Amino acid sequence: MTTDTSPAAPSPAPPPSAEAEPGKEPNLLQEILSGSWLVSVLAIVAALVLGGVLIAVSNAEVVEAAKNIFAAPGSFFSTLFSTVGDAYSALFRGAVFDWNARTTERAIRPLTESLVSGTPLILTGLGIALAFRSGLFNIGGQGQVILGATIAGYLGYALHLPPVVHMLIAAIGGIIGGAIWAGIAGVLKARTGANEVIVTIMLNSIAGYLLGYLLKQNWFTHTTSANPQSRTLDDSSHMFMLLPSPFRLHFGFIIAILATIFVWWLLERSTIGFEFKAVGANPHAARTAGISVSKVTILVMIVAGALAGLGGAAQVLGTEFKLTGGISGSIGFDAITVALLGRSKPLGTFLAGLLFGAFKAGGYLMQSQTGTPIDIVLVVQSVIVLLIAAPPLVRSIFRLPAPALKRKES
Amino acid sequence: MTAQNTTAATTAAKTSAQSKVLTPIAWKFPITYTILALVSLIFFGLIGRDGETTFRIATSGDLFAIPDVVVSSTVAGLILSLILVVMAASSVYLAIKRITLAAWFPMVFGILFVVSFLAWAGGGSGGVIPLTTLLAGALALSVPLIFGAMCGLVGERSGIINIAIEGQLLAGAFLAAVVASVVKNPYAGLLAAPIAGALVAVILTFFAVKYWVNQIIIGVVLNVLVVGVTSFLYSTVLTEDPELWNARQKLPDLPIPLLSDIPVLGRVLFDQNILVYIMYVVVIALQIFVFRSKWGLRMRAVGEHPKAADTVGIKVNFTRVRNTLVAGAIAGLGGAFFTVGSGLAFGKEMSAGQGYIALAAMILGKWNPKGALLAALLFGFSKSLGNTLQSIGTPVANELLLMLPYIVTVLAVAGFVGRVRPPAASGVPYVK
Repeated sequence: MTTDTSPAAPSPAPPPSAEAEPGKEPNLLQEILSGSWLVSVLAIVAALVLGGVLIAVSNAEVVEAAKNIFAAPGSFFSTLFSTVGDAYSALFRGAVFDWNARTTERAIRPLTESLVSGTPLILTGLGIALAFRSGLFNIGGQGQVILGATIAGYLGYALHLPPVVHMLIAAIGGIIGGAIWAGIAGVLKARTGANEVIVTIMLNSIAGYLLGYLLKQNWFTHTTSANPQSRTLDDSSHMFMLLPSPFRLHFGFIIAILATIFVWWLLERSTIGFEFKAVGANPHAARTAGISVSKVTILVMIVAGALAGLGGAAQVLGTEFKLTGGISGSIGFDAITVALLGRSKPLGTFLAGLLFGAFKAGGYLMQSQTGTPIDIVLVVQSVIVLLIAAPPLVRSIFRLPAPALKRKES
Repeated sequence: MTAQNTTAATTAAKTSAQSKVLTPIAWKFPITYTILALVSLIFFGLIGRDGETTFRIATSGDLFAIPDVVVSSTVAGLILSLILVVMAASSVYLAIKRITLAAWFPMVFGILFVVSFLAWAGGGSGGVIPLTTLLAGALALSVPLIFGAMCGLVGERSGIINIAIEGQLLAGAFLAAVVASVVKNPYAGLLAAPIAGALVAVILTFFAVKYWVNQIIIGVVLNVLVVGVTSFLYSTVLTEDPELWNARQKLPDLPIPLLSDIPVLGRVLFDQNILVYIMYVVVIALQIFVFRSKWGLRMRAVGEHPKAADTVGIKVNFTRVRNTLVAGAIAGLGGAFFTVGSGLAFGKEMSAGQGYIALAAMILGKWNPKGALLAALLFGFSKSLGNTLQSIGTPVANELLLMLPYIVTVLAVAGFVGRVRPPAASGVPYVK
């Protein structure tokens, strides 16, 4: 078997069967050449096109112009492109660089906002990717983020400590919160065989109600207000800012980078990570080789939950500064798509987190400036992941030759 | 009686120690029953709350009126708790004798426990517990869950894991609302909803069967996709002209003569709209067809051992795709209950995680229509209970009550159901 993937040699085999053949895992360089990165980029393009179609058909002006398409095709296309173009340029300006801004600071602020939105996505996505690699479907990112944010936030206003120490203790509290929450699913899976998909889904809802309950208890919120939200966190517990005032980029982003490196080291360089992957690849073989599958299951969930909990902690200590019922937003669910887009690899997850963070940051500007609902971002994100999960489909859309050998996606 | 049990227990323990052939005693259930009975005895009986609890059975227009049942909170709690203690003791005795409990046992135990809890919760506040409303609410909250669970069951029995039930419910709700609103007829929505559910299933099977993408992944992503598309269209098209696109249409109630006049249960079960009756038919039909028909046999064959099925000439992938599409249509119908079934306009993300609960109900019901039905009703009931208790004002926080069904599911998946066995080939693409 060869790993030569030169596109000049079209394979007569149908793409699906070529996809499934087990093969040697290619290294990074070969992977880029083999076109899996190309597939990712093309999937993003296709998803944006599809999103553009949706924007167009829901726009009254475009529909109006389409009625006269034969009388005035020019006006139809100009309306079409201006509508979709406006929406996407607002998305870009909100996510990367705002060329309409008056000051330089405001022009580059969107990029930092994308990093801010991406930080919890990266951390939580890493947790989910790690579990995927070990063959566990951690759908419970949401619950783990909530628990992490809850404990980190509580420690942030309940304790009064010197600056950096306070932040670290609150963040560690968040890590422990997430680890415990995911650990429940891990222990149940290992001890009783309870399906982790169901348990983590249930734990998501339980965490949501738990936070809702706690936010109504005055002993917890440290306020007397009837609003279901907590006191503002002490300044000493905040993740310190990396840039001066108008920017909100905080230390959490550095943590996200460190966490990415840590997960890479764990999976690629450590013995325990090797056991994780072995169980993920074939639990029976791993058991035969003397690896304790139940121990690995519990450990994977704990580490995954710790990362997700850290994501929640970064959210509350870095951007929100107080606990509310919606503290977690949809981070936990977005992180699943982040991990999938990143192909459950640390660097991939990091980049996917940045991309989805950019979508999130840009979506707000798009919504406020062009009236295009931010929900379009969900459509684009999910289509990207769907397409990336089925590379042969992307290749057939763009008429790309199939690679001679490709590992099957998991 | 308890003393006899203890002596019986010691003798049984001695005999079991002597013979090693016997299976180990299943302690899980007896211990659970004992703990619940003691909770009831201590909290609802002995500590209790003073005051009276009124159970309102009658509703206006009943065939014959049944007066409200008024009980003293502590007395009712004590009596019911004692029955529970006796039942728990007998379950211990039967477990030692290695006799499996009949299916009615947990149900009766559960009902008595809930009544005991209600008597406690209603006391003190002088609360009136409207039984009919409580049960009707439970059924209404269960309908989408039941449809969803049936969808998941047909899919998994055929070998396709369907996490996208949530998306199918939402798509069904959306299309039902839009079509019913445009045509100005709720029944038109009922025809449109299965199409929406089946469309989601088309994408699911397209990726699962043709491209062998992991089915859990597609399901999760499809849910996001449906939320995105429906919310986007809601914010743009539907809100622009709600009179045209999103006007409320309600399926009329069709009371069945005589049956619907029976107090409580008749009211709850037979004074409903056509969607609920369709649900009865679907559940009964599936219970029969899954286990008693050629279609069901083939479905289970491709879900358990596709290679064997293929060898005898069953088209595995065709069967899977067809069944998943049918299942999608069923889930779509369930979605219609959110909009035309309840007379509501479509709202963003209105399925609110019910699809995931339906999935849990399916697993709790061991991939069995009857079991899934009971599990879905259990979820619906605990939610309805939470709503009722919130309205009469009880010492238990609403969030903790709402949390209860989820905790029950975790416990059930972990302990009660134990190592549940899904269809063997569920989620595994079939490759010739």
